[in-house]
Amino acid sequence: MDIVPILSTLRRHKTTALLVVLEIALTCAIVCNAVFLISNRLERMKMPGGVAQHELIMVQAASIGQQADAKARAREDLALLRQIPGVTAAALVNEVPFTNSSWNTSIKLDPKQKLATLNATQYYGENLLQTFGTRLVAGRYFRDDEYMDFADIRNNEELQAKVGSIVITQGLAEKLWPGQSPLGRSIYLGDSSVRVIGVVAGLIRPSLFNGDASAQWSMVFPLRMDTGNASRYVLRSAPAERERVLAAAAAALRKADPHRVILDKKTLDELRDDFFQGDRSMAGLMLGVCVALLVVTALGIVGLGSFWVAQRRRTIGVRRALGATRGNILHYFQTENFLLATIGIALGMVLAYGINLFLMVHYELPRLPAFYLPVGAAVLWLIGQAAVLGPALRAAAVPPVVATRSV
Amino acid sequence: MFVYYLDLALRSLKRNKVLTALMVIAIAVGIGASMTTLTVTYLLSGDPLPGRSQRIFYPQVNPSPHASTKHGPWDVMDYRSAMDLWSARRADRQALIANATVKLGAPGSGRPPLMVPTLATTADFFPMFDAPFRYGRGWSADDDAGRTRVVVISDDLNRKLFGGEDSVGRTLRLKDGDVRIVGVLAPWRPSPVFYDVRGGRYSNGDTASFFGRPEDVFVPFAAAEDLVGNDFDAFTCWAGWDSANASLQSSPCVWMGLWVQLDDAAKVAGYRSFLASYAAQQKTLGRIAYAEDTRMMGLMQWLDFNQVVPSDVRLQTWLAFAFLAICLFNTVGLLLAKFLRRGGEIGVRRALGATRRAVFAQCLVEAGLIGVLGGVGGWLLTLLGLWLIRRQPVAYADLARLDVAMFLVTFGLAVAVSLLAGALPAMRASRIAPALQLKVL
Repeated sequence: MDIVPILSTLRRHKTTALLVVLEIALTCAIVCNAVFLISNRLERMKMPGGVAQHELIMVQAASIGQQADAKARAREDLALLRQIPGVTAAALVNEVPFTNSSWNTSIKLDPKQKLATLNATQYYGENLLQTFGTRLVAGRYFRDDEYMDFADIRNNEELQAKVGSIVITQGLAEKLWPGQSPLGRSIYLGDSSVRVIGVVAGLIRPSLFNGDASAQWSMVFPLRMDTGNASRYVLRSAPAERERVLAAAAAALRKADPHRVILDKKTLDELRDDFFQGDRSMAGLMLGVCVALLVVTALGIVGLGSFWVAQRRRTIGVRRALGATRGNILHYFQTENFLLATIGIALGMVLAYGINLFLMVHYELPRLPAFYLPVGAAVLWLIGQAAVLGPALRAAAVPPVVATRSV
Repeated sequence: MFVYYLDLALRSLKRNKVLTALMVIAIAVGIGASMTTLTVTYLLSGDPLPGRSQRIFYPQVNPSPHASTKHGPWDVMDYRSAMDLWSARRADRQALIANATVKLGAPGSGRPPLMVPTLATTADFFPMFDAPFRYGRGWSADDDAGRTRVVVISDDLNRKLFGGEDSVGRTLRLKDGDVRIVGVLAPWRPSPVFYDVRGGRYSNGDTASFFGRPEDVFVPFAAAEDLVGNDFDAFTCWAGWDSANASLQSSPCVWMGLWVQLDDAAKVAGYRSFLASYAAQQKTLGRIAYAEDTRMMGLMQWLDFNQVVPSDVRLQTWLAFAFLAICLFNTVGLLLAKFLRRGGEIGVRRALGATRRAVFAQCLVEAGLIGVLGGVGGWLLTLLGLWLIRRQPVAYADLARLDVAMFLVTFGLAVAVSLLAGALPAMRASRIAPALQLKVL
């Protein structure tokens, strides 16, 4: 295929050619970035929780006012919950993954440090790790005699100093002591220190308010909660049993204390769905926009292609009369579209990187991976070829006799 | 002439229905997408107190005796600082605020108790923030001083508990004490709930929750201290606090906000120096460490500081306008195709004496007509888009409605886009030389 005549024709239709090029460039730039945003959101929705995702349910019951018998109440509640058929574990905890309420603290590796090393979340609750179903990768979980009552230690510095052990996540360990074993090492919280006795593969922190990079910075303490300072009951059961257990748990808690208000009762799957709702709708919206953009661009190419064919009917007739085959004419328009698309794509790549830079600054997005560009280019080439096929076929059907008219 | 051009435009549009439909759809889709997101951004970034917001300020001091000041003052204040500033009464109006979620019972209603979001505040809150009353009124400064157990409730709560009738004078049970209803608000939906905005810089752009509803119960601050005890929401604490044995009032925690109304620039300057001298005095007393760390932002500045428009919404707006730009390019191309195809017709008109200007005007009328049609489609798509947003589980969902201003903007934008798209093709069409076209007829 000879490109020179195509170029010289295009030179005579600078505006229309420029429009096609610009449209393809913009579409290429936006679609590349939008698809990148979609994949980021989808990736985020896969964030590992580190817990038995499909086996957990949460019931949140408001404790009303100061209770003299909060510890007894908690013991009784948990005993009742464990009696529900199908419940394999239960815990009263201070915070639950995929919710927006979290307890956090700054930690140091050296008490003399001026600034804290990082901010991590604190999970409290007897039997929490066993109930959550985290995976132990080093060390051990807490022994029963290690647990202390949060109500007793919270205002007693002497007792606080006795909380000697914690379990942390692999992610936090790797952040604090890269490449080393965290077991036996100390973390300083305020004036007291705790020693790492166990490491779990993962445990996501609630409310990722510090950004996704810190999602796995979780610490679990051997502290027992009561109804005066915690409200979230977590139960574990077989996935199929969850709905029934959820209803039974809420009923049991209400029966144990009729003045209690059940604030929330959900499976962890529902909590997770809600937590990532924003990401899901954003990804859906972007996908819709991408499809609409590609359709609009294709329609634009169809429209301009038809116009060109109509405008060049006589030229096509002359070429046919001079011996060009239908295939020649078809290829002419296909090559022309390919050329325009290529220029558009080249411009679009530059623009895509520009938009990506803007997004990196304003929305803390990572850099656009390079493989998006060839994929984006291929998609636009295909769409361009598909869109121009109709007009090009119509051009190829122009009979040579047209050349003899009105010349 | 305009009517004649309109008639010509209609005929021309009818001649090539597919091309016309393509252009109208492109404009409609572009307008629909951008107006949906623009409406949401407009609703979320608007002034919650039009006409008064420039007189409302949020004074802050940093009460920390030692903490680092790299973040500026905390978003709220401790009891001592907030109370001192409030009771100095140096502003035209001033209201303390503190939040709590409290158990509320309606004796005699047979309903189980509810947990209701409650705002402890002071008498000036209602006039300062233009809160509309359906029944009764707010409480007085005497009620603040006398720790009177009265409440103002929201329209929502009044409907839930009393079926919407006048409940002034009735008694509710707030935690463990009886309170008398003195006022019922009319439906009130400031967006955002500006007086509660805080912590936006820690939210990673996920600020949709600022657009929830105002509290259901408003109670005088002093009465709330007696009723709620230590159950207020604390923003953060800079040291350990024994909540079982020590009051929140004496705790090293920040949990109270203060809003002031300052009616002119002199008063604003006066209040700033008062704030500075208060902090300096407290530093001399040894209570706080950083006297320089005071701040007083205006309401809109405070909202801006907290980045109240969720970052997803801003991103969607960018995306929608890029989409509109592509639709615009598309329409330019199609219009160019359409006008130049009619070269012969335009040539005849020019040969018969039509000026370039006349041809240009005729083409623009046609483009404008496409814009109006696209506007109608865009308006319908905007309604559809907003309906979809209302079905999303976000706090601002129920706000997503098209008001008159945005309705007009929709059509304005559609016509502007189509005229912009039509300008270049019309220019090209008006430059067609009559002779050349007549030759080939």
